[in-house]
Amino acid sequence: MSFVRTIPSAPLPPPVEARGAVLWLRQNLLSGPFSALFTFSACAALLWLVPQLWHYFVADAVLSSPDGQACRQPGAGMCWSFIANKMEFFLYSSYPRDQVWRVNSCLVSGAVLITWLLWPSARSKRLGGALFFLVYPVACFWLLHGFEALSLRTVPTNLWGGIFVSLLVSLVGIVVSLPGGILLALGRRSQLPVVRFVSTLFIEFVRGVPFITVLFMANTMLPLFVPENWSPDRLVRPLIGVSLFASAYMAEVVRGGLQAMDKGQYEGAQALGLTWWQMMRLIILPQALTTVIPGIVNTFIGLFKDTTLVAVVGIADFLRTVETARLDPAWAGPTISTSGYVFAGLFYFVFCYGMARYSLLMERRLSSGRKR
Amino acid sequence: MSASPAVEMIGVNKWYGNFHVLRDIDLNVARGEKIVICGPSGSGKSTLIRCINRLEEHQSGRIIVEGTELTSDMRRIDEIRRDVGMVFQSFNLFPHLSILENCTLAPIWVRKMSKAEAEDQAMHYLTRVKIPEQAHKYPAQLSGGQQQRVAIARALCMSPKIMLFDEPTSALDPEMVKEVLDTMVSLAQEGMTMLVVTHEMNFARQVADRVIFMDGGEIVEMNEPQAFFSTPQHERTRLFLSQILG
Repeated sequence: MSFVRTIPSAPLPPPVEARGAVLWLRQNLLSGPFSALFTFSACAALLWLVPQLWHYFVADAVLSSPDGQACRQPGAGMCWSFIANKMEFFLYSSYPRDQVWRVNSCLVSGAVLITWLLWPSARSKRLGGALFFLVYPVACFWLLHGFEALSLRTVPTNLWGGIFVSLLVSLVGIVVSLPGGILLALGRRSQLPVVRFVSTLFIEFVRGVPFITVLFMANTMLPLFVPENWSPDRLVRPLIGVSLFASAYMAEVVRGGLQAMDKGQYEGAQALGLTWWQMMRLIILPQALTTVIPGIVNTFIGLFKDTTLVAVVGIADFLRTVETARLDPAWAGPTISTSGYVFAGLFYFVFCYGMARYSLLMERRLSSGRKR
Repeated sequence: MSASPAVEMIGVNKWYGNFHVLRDIDLNVARGEKIVICGPSGSGKSTLIRCINRLEEHQSGRIIVEGTELTSDMRRIDEIRRDVGMVFQSFNLFPHLSILENCTLAPIWVRKMSKAEAEDQAMHYLTRVKIPEQAHKYPAQLSGGQQQRVAIARALCMSPKIMLFDEPTSALDPEMVKEVLDTMVSLAQEGMTMLVVTHEMNFARQVADRVIFMDGGEIVEMNEPQAFFSTPQHERTRLFLSQILG
């Protein structure tokens, strides 16, 4: 019986259409007429867009032109030279140039502390938290504002400005709005009628008024409520306004998360004898806040971009410094103005996109243990 | 003190709006007694046991648990909740915490136990409900029967004097009912005071000292299991038993 095979023949390779790049193309880009149409229009858009971006940012960009002459040539791209020349002004605005090391130390130590707190596997976060929330604000205030005993001369806040003030306003807003929003949300769902009424009134009032109005009110009305020599600093006023405004929005986001919680979680916690605060802190809020991470980050991003509005009450934030710099006669010119705005856009985009990516990372990490 | 009842309910009434859920409930539960409560849905049986740890508020009458009367005083309520364990139909485990953390949370925060001590104790009870190897998983990774046994262990970690079971097997797939009932039987054999809302009549026959039949918010019939099942006194009880026993 030698004509009977004793071992199976080797399998043939699958046809070319069913493997590798060809298969991938078929399945992902050309799976039907609509898919093919979208693929081709996307390719066309990229072909049209990418070369233009390349020309603007790289090929036609002016890297060095001390007087800005090259930037004013027709067809000139991004004027990096203008950005480099004005970078100090963008960062510090009118902060005395011989004192900017103070700003830099705050920015660097802040960046280090924030990285420490946000790094998922970092150790001793409790220490990091204490440093960031308790020590850092006081130390930075002394450093930035001045402390005569340490022979740091006072720099009044009307000289503060630029990127560092934008970051300061955002950071204060973010750090205050989350706990503030949580308290307001809990207050709005409270059993106590007075607490509920006050929280609801605050949220609805602040939310129902444009942000610029809140800023103007903070600027003009706050001083009326306190004795004259207690009048808050002109930078503190918008900080309060931003914090209040962001807290009201945050409260509604957090309330959404609380609303989504299963009643059984409350009952499970109560049946174990946990007090109300323990139940909220250990059981309800960790779950509710995880549910609404997208909404929380959405509010943070909105807040970050809204800080550009503090310019209307005379704070020289980053966008304001761009606006001032582009009016400098030495750098006047339409292409140069555009470069300033493009740079501002890039700056805001990088920060917002960073927040968005980080929130996605956190969502994945927090949900990983709970799913099957 | 052993003569005083574990739970004493005197003339308890409760309404949801106009709906009268509990009508003049009088009930004494002795220490170590096992009571099974059955009845058609909406008869008020869950509400009755949920009044004992104040997950529901009663509007008139008195409820005295382990010598402490339930009033609106939050401190007393928390005190009673510490001593009264509860197991729910839908488990109500905390999904963001591991099994071990589910069991150590209340001992650490409410009983002020050290973490090591609480973990030892949790492992002890998880071994008793026969799932020590799952301690580091999360609730969603366990089967329904396992989750319910964790819920029992979590309640036991508070060393309760009374255990309330609110339809503990109703949400389980049939093949998982037995493992949960076995755990409850062994708990009963150790002398725990238990109030169990369930339709598992074999469990009632095997374990209960008294069986209560509720309908329309009142206790229609209350008797020891032998008499309850063989010679029910009321027409409504007979009808109910014929329906669920088939």
